Amino acid sequence: MYGKKVKLRFLFVSLILITLILSIFLILKSLEENVVYFQSPTKIKETSEIQRKKMRIGGMVKENSISINSNEIVFVITDFKNEINVTYSGIVPNLFEEGKGVVAEGYLKDRNFFIASKILAKHDENYMPPEVKAALGKE
Amino acid sequence: MFKYFEPNKIFSITSKAPKYVLILFVIVLTIGLVESLVLSPEDYKQSHSVRIMYVHVPAAWITLGIFSSITLLSVIGYIFKIKNFFLISKSLAPSGFIFCIIALVTGSIWGKPTWGTWWAWDARITSMLILALFYGIYLLAWRIYHDKDQVFKVTSIITIIGIINVPIIKYSVDWWNTLHQPASINILSKSSIHSSMLFPLAIMTAAFALFSLLIFLMKYNTELIKIKNKGLDRL
Repeated sequence: MYGKKVKLRFLFVSLILITLILSIFLILKSLEENVVYFQSPTKIKETSEIQRKKMRIGGMVKENSISINSNEIVFVITDFKNEINVTYSGIVPNLFEEGKGVVAEGYLKDRNFFIASKILAKHDENYMPPEVKAALGKE
Repeated sequence: MFKYFEPNKIFSITSKAPKYVLILFVIVLTIGLVESLVLSPEDYKQSHSVRIMYVHVPAAWITLGIFSSITLLSVIGYIFKIKNFFLISKSLAPSGFIFCIIALVTGSIWGKPTWGTWWAWDARITSMLILALFYGIYLLAWRIYHDKDQVFKVTSIITIIGIINVPIIKYSVDWWNTLHQPASINILSKSSIHSSMLFPLAIMTAAFALFSLLIFLMKYNTELIKIKNKGLDRL
């Protein structure tokens, strides 16, 4: 049917592809710690020692946890298993609110306290007009 | 099979078609822009910045689609030595590159009011940047190498390496914690975008696809003219 050259080229391309997929998979698997954009509070609880380097923690802002003092804002990030207290002074994004996703960048003080130098709001995958949201809320 | 395509036959189509595609593109784009900028509702949370999505998401879809097509055509072209497929790939690449840049820039503009940052080195955004770099390398390879056999081999290899990145882009939001939200539209389950917002999204996708087709036809036409000028009677 096809010539020998065609078969060889097909084999060549297939082998390159398989090799690449396997090696990229292995590289990404071993780099998982660095590929994730943020750690969850549970992950922080599980780590044995606290590193003094800049890191990010993400999760939900716990309901009724935001309190604003004179020059700092204190809130709790939760992943519904574990929690971590965050203090931050600065401007928060518009979408930062209780019950919504958040990513805090900064340093760990200890396993329960985190000092953030930057707050990012995380948007979820839901898009809807305000009327629909209001109707959903009533149910 | 494709080796004996008559350039004259294809040329008569590619030289006339852009006119009609352009008219269709302008019509669909007008409907799409009116739908997405005026008629569609604002979002409950992001308010008007949701409208950036109607450019961002279609651009990202089209650029991924074009890179996948380029790879498929290049690999088949390489295995079966079909020169025409390489010319089609070459003509597809510029619009894919432009849509990749558009997706990155609009994402950045959306990120500032929503997340509070222009840029984040999370898996989705970084892998999308890598795709833009692959488009850049691919287009440069065509400029650098002029020997036909050489350029076919080099571009095939670039696309094979680059295609590994495509599933990483798609699934990065599911595999790792990313700042970017997971996919809203899923073939198997109900979409988490309200139907009133899906319609403008679909129209804009059609408009961008038509734009890619238009650029492709114009580029491909140029390639055919080059072949004609060289006095070759077949591809």
